[in-house]
Amino acid sequence: MPYIPHSDADRRAMLERIGVPSLEELFEDVPERARFPDLQLPPALSEIGARWELESLADANLTTGEGSCFLGAGAYRHFVPAVVDAVISRGEFYSAYTPYQPEVSQGTLQAVFEYQTMICELTGMDVSNASHYDGATATAEAVITAINVHRMRRKKVVISRFVHPEYREVVRTYTQGLGLTIVEDTQGSAGVQDLLDDDTACLIVQYPDFLGRFEDLSALAEAAQATGALFVVVADPIALGLLKPPGEFGADIVVGEGQGLGLGLNFGGPYLGFFAVKKRHVRKVAGRLVGQTVDTEGERGFVLTLSTREQHIRRERATSNICTNQGLMALAAAVYMAALGKCGMRRVAELCYHKAHFAADRIDALDGFSVLRDRPFFKEFAVRCPRSVSEINDDLLRGWAIIGGYDLGQDYPDLEDHALLCVTEMNLRQEIDLLVEALEEVTS
Amino acid sequence: MSRPLIFEISRPGRCAASLPERDVPAAELPEGLVREELPLPEVSEGELIRHYTHLSQINYGVDTGFYPLGSCTMKYNPKINEAMARLPGFTGLHPYQDEETIQGALFLMYSLQEFLEEIGGFAGVSLQPAAGAHGELTGVLMMRAYHESRGDGTRDVMLIPDSAHGTNPASTSMSGMQVVEIPSDERGDVDLGALKAACEEHSDRLVGMMLTNPNTLGLFEKQVEEICAVVHEHGGLMYGDGANMNALLGVARPGDLGFDVLHFNLHKTFSTPHGGGGPGSGPVGASPTLVDFLPGPMVKIDPERSEEDLPFFSLWMPPQTIGRVKAFYGHFGVIVKAYTYIRMLGPRGLRRTAEHAVLNANYLKERLKETYPLPYDRTCMHEFVLAGPPQDVQDTDVHTMDVAKRLIDYGFHPPTVYFPLIVEEALMIEPTETESQETLDAFADAMLDIVAEARDDPDLLHEAPFHAPARRLDEVKAARDLILRWQPGDDEP
Repeated sequence: MPYIPHSDADRRAMLERIGVPSLEELFEDVPERARFPDLQLPPALSEIGARWELESLADANLTTGEGSCFLGAGAYRHFVPAVVDAVISRGEFYSAYTPYQPEVSQGTLQAVFEYQTMICELTGMDVSNASHYDGATATAEAVITAINVHRMRRKKVVISRFVHPEYREVVRTYTQGLGLTIVEDTQGSAGVQDLLDDDTACLIVQYPDFLGRFEDLSALAEAAQATGALFVVVADPIALGLLKPPGEFGADIVVGEGQGLGLGLNFGGPYLGFFAVKKRHVRKVAGRLVGQTVDTEGERGFVLTLSTREQHIRRERATSNICTNQGLMALAAAVYMAALGKCGMRRVAELCYHKAHFAADRIDALDGFSVLRDRPFFKEFAVRCPRSVSEINDDLLRGWAIIGGYDLGQDYPDLEDHALLCVTEMNLRQEIDLLVEALEEVTS
Repeated sequence: MSRPLIFEISRPGRCAASLPERDVPAAELPEGLVREELPLPEVSEGELIRHYTHLSQINYGVDTGFYPLGSCTMKYNPKINEAMARLPGFTGLHPYQDEETIQGALFLMYSLQEFLEEIGGFAGVSLQPAAGAHGELTGVLMMRAYHESRGDGTRDVMLIPDSAHGTNPASTSMSGMQVVEIPSDERGDVDLGALKAACEEHSDRLVGMMLTNPNTLGLFEKQVEEICAVVHEHGGLMYGDGANMNALLGVARPGDLGFDVLHFNLHKTFSTPHGGGGPGSGPVGASPTLVDFLPGPMVKIDPERSEEDLPFFSLWMPPQTIGRVKAFYGHFGVIVKAYTYIRMLGPRGLRRTAEHAVLNANYLKERLKETYPLPYDRTCMHEFVLAGPPQDVQDTDVHTMDVAKRLIDYGFHPPTVYFPLIVEEALMIEPTETESQETLDAFADAMLDIVAEARDDPDLLHEAPFHAPARRLDEVKAARDLILRWQPGDDEP
């Protein structure tokens, strides 16, 4: 039997020591009518058989690596250096649990401490936690943090409609029992300010927003904070290689999806929610924090700290229920940020920016296409198309092996026939040329 | 020996990544919005790998040795799982691709939904929740939505045993509800009298009950069917915390026992591993009563797009869904590992897994119970809880934490300590099925030797560990000083 080391002799000796004649007798507390059901599952495979089956399932998919991909919308095809998988494939890291016993978990703890530092640098914030499940749940936890900062006295959350549609939905799911009012603007950032009042716990915007656009957020931060609300920014960490960090605009909480930091696409997960705050909010933070200390010989070491905020100590009064987070993904992100470093992060961001602008200019020049240019954009841009986006995407896929952009009409009725195209450092110029040629042909 | 941080080995101008030259014209950068500095480390690839290899060498995992951390099911993590999750046909998939291009991935998700339905005895399973606590939040929100859909939305009381994981009460209050704690009886089971009284008292307000079975003492709740019946009589629903499902694989199905909703921990029971604190995966199973409230998207067979012998798989939302609980569809990479694990074991292997997990726990319990006090002396399931070292040792001020730290010197990861809260000085030991009798004997011998050492020289235990990457660490100082990041100019101590 795979993974079970017991020989028949071992089993007999152990049962004898316990004083029962058979394995079955260990389960007499289980109601007899429900005991030992006959599970209707396929029979066991050998490792060869399992590999064949899984490989055939993997082969039944068309991947982004097989053609050109211009799809983003919250999950991005970015370069993953080989060192990332080399590090997270080490069993000492991936077969460990949450580091409850720090003396034998210094590897995980130091790596997370370094991760927290790098996230602080990237976002321009004071404190980062050890991670959340993904960008969407980190956003929802930011709302709960803001509610806790206001001691449940403020019941309104203002969220820009250009925050990722799924993140807005997750905020609503998380808070459905808390009696909050969640208000979305309809006008874009200009309209957001008018919705703020002294019942508002927080204002949430995305940077760059779901359409790829960015702007100076100082005025929004000031407007939110003038009413006492927290200013929460959902940021793309790759964009922060080039753009001013939200901390410089005065953000209280910066969260986001860390998938771009070396995690690959993986059909939507596991990803990484990052979560950073200004120092004054540190005791309201959800999730694990790693802190520096010393051992009995005075040597530097690291431990989980401020655990009195957490569920295993504070139970129903905890700041969150989170326990297991994304430890290995945080490690991957740290390796990625260390590998690219100061210069590499900037270069990746610049490659995205220049290639996206090159693609946008070329597509804008095509008959019937028009790029939304009301604000600067980073690696994604919205483009109005002369045909329905789903029809164009069908033609791109079948005729050209190109995975096209995201259909914005699904979420924004006023953006029907608008595609959200994404261009990263992974898209060669030839791919962009091919996309332009294909778009011209499938719409002429 | 102090180890440098990655920032301390950084030197200006180094880089471990090789990036392509720009092959398009430069666009103008946005004025006033470009950042001035980004102080990330600058290291070469060789230095980077040595740094993280050193860090891995001061970390203890299941691949290193025995890890009997109670409630966490630290079993061996098969390497085939890792290899399958890394197949390019899975890792290269974008979550928003056209459904026609992701049929292999959707088939795998659909199959795992079905496997977990069968293993748990449920009508439906959603793979979306990201971890155990996330599954709990999902289940509690489903219970709330169910009552609300029946015009019964004022119900707000959740019953939770005093032996429960802290995540249970935390998930309940995150959902805007009140917790009423139910005591345990002298056998370690839920106190049925107290449960009945609480159900009577809160009958109109009862959302339901959250129950871990086997409970956190490692004991199967013998009265589980009666508990479910009492809660149901008062209009409540039964939530199952599936953290301990490793004891029930092929042994009993929670759905058959009366649970309405339960989360699985793929990173525990299905060995996907823990990753040093995630990623986990917490799929939620539901009875016919709650199946329409599951979060999505889930995967179904779309009859309109299917052909004979060729089903077409689609993403869909259940009709009364609580909504999405995270972006996209769950931790797909973890889902691939759990699927592989179940295919490798088959139904017989799953049952053998539970049987040997329980065999190992009972064997270790028998070897230790004459020396270490065992407050609930019954046949246990996959784990058991001791009440610290013997009284004469505790009288010399040697406690559970000291035993735990001394175990490190013997080369073992310590058990879970000081949980569950209802056992003072708790040592919660879960050996799992993948450990051999020799390993269990070596651990038991160490536990017995440590008691002898404590009687001889209590300070030896107070000062342990001696042979670990760090000596005992000052947690009070960490909370007081609150150094949560490295600052330029910080010196090595």
